[in-house]
Amino acid sequence: MKATKSGKKRLVPLQREQAVHLLRAMLRIRRLEETCAELYTASKIRGFLHLYDGEEAVAVGVMEALTPDDAVVATYREHGHALIRGVAMGAILAEMYGKQEGCSRGRGGSMHLFDDETRFYGGNAIVGGGLPVAVGLALADKMQQRSRVTCCFFGDGAVAEGEFHESLNLAALWQLPVLFVCENNLYAMGTALRYTQALQDLTKKAQSYNIPAVAVDGMDVLAVVSAARKAAKAVRAGAGPYFLECRTYRFRAHSMYDAELYRTKDEVESWKERCPIKTFTRQIKENGVVTEADIAAVEQDVEQEIQEAVAFAEAGSWEPVEDLARFVYSERRTP
Amino acid sequence: MTDGIVKMRTITYREAVREAICEALQKDHQVFLMGEDVGRYGGCFAVSKGLLDEFGPERIRDTPLSESGFVGAGIGAALGGMRPIVEIMTVNFSLLAADQIVNNAATYLHMSGGLFNVPLVIRSATGAGRQLAAQHSHSLEGWYAHVPGIRVLSPATVEDARGMLWTALEDPDPVLIFENNGLYNREGEIPVDAGPVDIDRARIRRPGRDITIITYSASLFKSLEAAEILAKEEVEAEVIDLRSLRPLDAPTFLESVARTHRALVVDEGWRSGSLAAEVSARIMEEAFYELDAPVQRLCSAEVPIPYAKHLEDAALPQVSTIVAQARRMVAGHG
Ligand SMILES: Cc1ncc(C[n+]2csc(CCOP(=O)(O)OP(=O)(O)O)c2C)c(N)n1
Repeated sequence: MKATKSGKKRLVPLQREQAVHLLRAMLRIRRLEETCAELYTASKIRGFLHLYDGEEAVAVGVMEALTPDDAVVATYREHGHALIRGVAMGAILAEMYGKQEGCSRGRGGSMHLFDDETRFYGGNAIVGGGLPVAVGLALADKMQQRSRVTCCFFGDGAVAEGEFHESLNLAALWQLPVLFVCENNLYAMGTALRYTQALQDLTKKAQSYNIPAVAVDGMDVLAVVSAARKAAKAVRAGAGPYFLECRTYRFRAHSMYDAELYRTKDEVESWKERCPIKTFTRQIKENGVVTEADIAAVEQDVEQEIQEAVAFAEAGSWEPVEDLARFVYSERRTP
Repeated sequence: MTDGIVKMRTITYREAVREAICEALQKDHQVFLMGEDVGRYGGCFAVSKGLLDEFGPERIRDTPLSESGFVGAGIGAALGGMRPIVEIMTVNFSLLAADQIVNNAATYLHMSGGLFNVPLVIRSATGAGRQLAAQHSHSLEGWYAHVPGIRVLSPATVEDARGMLWTALEDPDPVLIFENNGLYNREGEIPVDAGPVDIDRARIRRPGRDITIITYSASLFKSLEAAEILAKEEVEAEVIDLRSLRPLDAPTFLESVARTHRALVVDEGWRSGSLAAEVSARIMEEAFYELDAPVQRLCSAEVPIPYAKHLEDAALPQVSTIVAQARRMVAGHG
């Protein structure tokens, strides 16, 4: 995958291969989430389910800037992050089914996807709870002189938590390699940012901790890619933490329980016009980067992957109830 | 020791903890100490005095007043391959980090289906008796003992203060060590070559046949003193130091109760929903037919610990109250 080194005219050097790759990544998330919604309705998936439709460009764009050595810490709206980080779709779906073939052996569910091979540290259902952990992962890297990045995703809601402020201060104070990615979708459940933040410019908050901070259009995958690359490069070079605010929007309700009384249909529809997949597809088509046939091929591949993933989850097995007490304490402990 | 004579030396509990930290830092380069005032100040209980000079600010890491932030950072550092010892000044302030301890440290292994363990050690002072009033005097270790996924230790003796840390650092899971602030100046004898100790088993600190006093931490010494007084009245109390509050070593106290037929639990936490309640319930479940008297508990009065000395004394289990309770139990039945 070649880097798009471009500034304003970024479409010109965008290769077909890269365009297809980004489109495929976003489509994989979108189709996975649609499938989750269907499976939820069919009672195959239970519990809380928070879908990511509309925000795909953020996970996809940011992940482009990471290497396999880096670490990712996410929230409960993390299916997309896990998927693009490299966790198999089948393992993600099996997890939501509660099967032991799931990436967390069916013990975590939708909100607690984990994977050691891709250094995916969750999946955290406590708003703000992952931020200090990301700081610690970065501290471990710095103390062991490894030049890795810890990338921490969180929502605008987390910015009001004390842990946000404690974490940014610590990361800046100790110059730790953390890439803070705020997915600002304007709402924390049903409460808009304007009702919860005295200062709504979130980059200013980060800047007040002496952290370089920029806001980017989170509906534009190429904008996210280039902002994230720049950010990750700075972090990797040892310049300390970096704060990236991705301005985005979720098209669906907060969770499957949400009646969405806090925003109008018109508002949602107007954001849907800016759908990152729709606009990107139009862009690359109109500019002749890809053909209709390329797009059709991607859609077909994704469809195939979805079907295989559902089949994998369906075929999965239940952990024996006798194993209920496993993984409370480590098994390799020698008493 | 080829001649079979164990050479002993006398040190304080504070020195024992400091030596343990020092040894851990020397033995393993992944170990570091982090917390409020641990470095330049020397630790609010002077436990880490001098360590900054010896190990430098990378490994003796002063943190801002952000309990949740630095405890969470400890979790992350542990996930990232380090062996952090995180110091929380006192258990009272740990509540600001309770989210990280209970929701993250204790759950990661299970929620990840065994993928991510958190080899973190948290040390914190606990306990009352120094006229520091409510917000500095509570004994909340029993709350943490409620939570699966963490280990909760409570060293009472100098030997345990010296030896538990290393064992805790070798544990793959999060371990909380609560040091009673009233013990730091207490002296005790330990072998010159004292090393790690087990963290799984309770210990019988004084054998006896008439009643079992089950306790831990600072109340151990009150209980031992009470046992000496009772011995003069020909009541021989067996005193058990729980040492580990989670997981609880129930067999040790159940076997003892099967021999003495009476159990008194002494715990500086509040009575309702306390660790003492747990111990007492287990005796009821497992050893009810061994009992010659109802299990009794001596806990702190159900008040925020007051400042005035006479009130604070009255709020805590004391030698005199332990003696009186044990006497009643032995005299009243069987
Ligand atoms: C500490 C905490 N408080 C409350 C909740 C309940 N809750 C779950 S999601 C959510 C909104 C979070 O919004 P935001 O951080 O903006 O993320 P988004 O859902 O928009 O991705 C709330 C309040 C929680 N999970 N954790």
